[in-house]
Amino acid sequence: MYAASDLRKNLRIKMDNEPYIVTEFNFVKPGKGQALYRCKLKNMISGAQFERTFRSVDVFEPADLQEKKMQYLYEQDDKYCFMDNESYEQILLTADQVGDVRNFLIENIEAEVLLFEDRPLGVTIANFMDLVVTEADPWARGDSVSGNTKPVTVETGYVLQVPPFIEEGEKIRVDTRTGEYLTRVKD
Amino acid sequence: MDGSWFLAKKQSTLRLRARILQELRNFFIARGYLEIETPCLIPAPAPEFHIDAMICHGWFLHPSPELCMKRLLAAGYDKIFQICRCFRHHERGARHLPEFTMLEWYRRDADYRDLMDECEDLILHLAAALDRGNAICCQGQVIRLQKPWERITVHAAFEKYAALSVEEALDGDCFDEVLTARIEPNLGKEAPTFLCDYPLALGSLARVKKEDASVVERFELYLAGMELANAFTELTDGEEQRRRFVEEEDKRRRAGKSPYPAPEPFLKSLESLEESAGIALGLDRLVMIFADALHIDDVVAFPPETL
Repeated sequence: MYAASDLRKNLRIKMDNEPYIVTEFNFVKPGKGQALYRCKLKNMISGAQFERTFRSVDVFEPADLQEKKMQYLYEQDDKYCFMDNESYEQILLTADQVGDVRNFLIENIEAEVLLFEDRPLGVTIANFMDLVVTEADPWARGDSVSGNTKPVTVETGYVLQVPPFIEEGEKIRVDTRTGEYLTRVKD
Repeated sequence: MDGSWFLAKKQSTLRLRARILQELRNFFIARGYLEIETPCLIPAPAPEFHIDAMICHGWFLHPSPELCMKRLLAAGYDKIFQICRCFRHHERGARHLPEFTMLEWYRRDADYRDLMDECEDLILHLAAALDRGNAICCQGQVIRLQKPWERITVHAAFEKYAALSVEEALDGDCFDEVLTARIEPNLGKEAPTFLCDYPLALGSLARVKKEDASVVERFELYLAGMELANAFTELTDGEEQRRRFVEEEDKRRRAGKSPYPAPEPFLKSLESLEESAGIALGLDRLVMIFADALHIDDVVAFPPETL
């Protein structure tokens, strides 16, 4: 069980049998008054957000979330198929559940799927992915001003800004949390 | 590397903090106040239901220096001030540190109205010393400091901002929720605000108001929606004080909180305490106002999580 004083940003709690994540948190207390915990909560299934103020006597059940190691297999009709590494069972996630991670999914990579009582809620992958550039304008050699960027497309179809010297067929490392270019990768 | 960058970045704020401390001392010393120091480690804090002292080897880190300061007052020290660290368990947020700095000052032959005047003078002195003139810019608003500042009773503030009476809020057990969500954000916006005359139930060490026995002579000072100071005309009736302490201590124990022994020497000293007034002002928040900082962590070198 969590006490109100355990509340903080990103804590996951269970209320009315649904998982919620604390997206904003504020401790408020009038000098002589009681401690109040003002939270913004997001329902991890429906995405609905709302504000709630708790008191120090309130207690919460942790949301019983599981992270399972899975392998990403393929995408079909906007559904993303993952396979449980232990049971070999396959599950389908919607584009919403996959979120921005879909920009970096290539076949057979390792992923962690977040489940609430066997319902998939989301997926995380490695922080850094090496992806092949499939489309890029050629490098205009004169363009060496530092800070200049150009858009390229990588093998997953994702478009991002990179330094002008990156060429088609090269591999680049991308931070999957921010979606940003990090460095060129030489095999 | 990272750690020292976070510290280096705070340099201008920490310099401002040091100047404020210096100017506070100048202000009080020029007014004939004596700077005193009382122990942080005490055997018995004032029982207050909503303030949890930290336990330290069977004694307590003081949540406020008020009891020792009032004993000095009762012993004839008629104008005293102290700047010290105070400790409150579980208080952590954008405006709360579990270890924070408090400025407290006490005066004989004075009531809470005199302290309101003195608060005005103090903030004006700081503003002048820091070349801010008669206004402070804070949270995108200009707070004008010309005297007199707004004085509004708790009763009037509830009617004005929450369309609710104080009695309804107390009966509905939502006084703190309404105060913090609907009233406080409106206070001290264009000019500082004194929120005064609290219901009897919320004035643990304050004297009952002579003209209206349903409230106590207590005020809180607000700037930019933030509570900065709490003041009382001190309760000098030892029996009444003991009764209120027993009541609070009962509530504490019923709620399963750690028991506090009765602060006997303090209660005894009230026999010789004459009319006086005292105030506690959060120094970190005062620096937040002058530094226009949104978070209390910005005005101290080391928030606890960085240690």
